[in-house]
Amino acid sequence: MQARAIVVTSGKGGVGKTTTTANIGAALAAEGEKVAVIDVDVGLRNLDVVMGLESRVVFDLIDVLEGRCKMRQALIRDKRVENLYLLPASQTKDKQSLDPKIFRAVVKHLLEDEGFDRILIDSPAGIERGFQTAAAPAEGSLVVVNPEVSSVRDADRIIGLLEADGVEENRLIINRIRPQMVRRGDMLAVDDVQEILGLPLIGIVPEDEGILVSTNVGEPVVLRKDRSQAAEEFRNIARRIRGEKVPLPSFEEEGGFLASLRRIFGGR
Amino acid sequence: MFWWRRKKSKQKAKERLQLVLAYDRAKLAPGKMEALKQDLLEVLGRYFPADQEQVEIEFEQRGERVVLVADIPIRS
Repeated sequence: MQARAIVVTSGKGGVGKTTTTANIGAALAAEGEKVAVIDVDVGLRNLDVVMGLESRVVFDLIDVLEGRCKMRQALIRDKRVENLYLLPASQTKDKQSLDPKIFRAVVKHLLEDEGFDRILIDSPAGIERGFQTAAAPAEGSLVVVNPEVSSVRDADRIIGLLEADGVEENRLIINRIRPQMVRRGDMLAVDDVQEILGLPLIGIVPEDEGILVSTNVGEPVVLRKDRSQAAEEFRNIARRIRGEKVPLPSFEEEGGFLASLRRIFGGR
Repeated sequence: MFWWRRKKSKQKAKERLQLVLAYDRAKLAPGKMEALKQDLLEVLGRYFPADQEQVEIEFEQRGERVVLVADIPIRS
C-alpha cells in the first residue's frame, strides 16, 4: 500500500479492529518500519490493554491535541520490538477537542517530523464524529469485517463513507473466519463477502483461540512464540501492506461428492 | 439424513444481505417505499383501476443489478 496513514475501521463494534491494529502494527515494526499505532476511541480506550502497555500511559491523545504535553511525552515505546509506538486515547477527558483538522496535523507531524514510516489509526465503532476524526488523516484503510450479515452490512456503509471522505486505498480484512463452517456452507465464504463489498482483499484471518490468550496476557500474537494461524496471517498482511506478494490462504466451501461423503461419515 | 435438501444458511445470508444493501445503497429512508407506492397508485389511478391492496413494490437482485420491481394487479 502506498498509504502511510491507514485507518483500521469496521462500522460495527467487536469485529476485531483493535486486535488487528495491534498485531499489524507490531508485525510492520518487526519488518523494520517505524510504526505508531493511535487509539482514537476516546472514552473506551483499549489498544493499550490489548498491547499490554496500559501501565505506562501517562499522557494521551487529548493531551497532545490540547497542547498539554509534547508528542514525545505521550508516545509509549513498546520495548518488545524496535520502532513500535503507541499513542493512547483518553479514557476520561472530554472528546470535544477530537477535531479532525487538528488530528490531521498531528498525524502529519508524526510522518514528516518524527520520522515515522507508517501510522495505524484504530477507529472507534460507529459512523459518528470519532470515526470521522480517525479517518480524516487517512490515505488508506483496512476495513475489518466478520463473515456475518450485520458486520458486512456495516462495512458496506463504512466503505461508502471512506470513499466520500476521499480515502482512496481501501482494503478488506476478513476476520474470524471459521473454515469448518465455511466448508459446510454455514458461513459466508471469502468470495461471497468480497463479491458483496467489492473491495480488494488484503487478508483472511481465521478464528483463533490464541487471540484471547494473547489479549489475556497483553501481548500481540505476532510477538508470541507459540504457533498461531492468526499470527501467521497478521504477519502476512503486514508484508502485503509493504508490497510483498504473499498468497492469501484459502478456506473454501467444499462442493460435490467428496464433501457429501465427508458429511455423512462424520468428518467435519 | 436429507443433507442434500438443506439449503445452506450462507446462501440465505447472502441473499438477505444483497437485498438489504440494495436499500441501504439507495439511501431510502424508512417509509419512502410506502410513499412511492402511494404516489404510483395515484398516477396509475388516472389511467386504470389498480387493486390497491395487492400492489407490491420492492428491490430485487437480478444477477449483478438491483432493479425496482412493481407488481400491480389490474382490477377487472
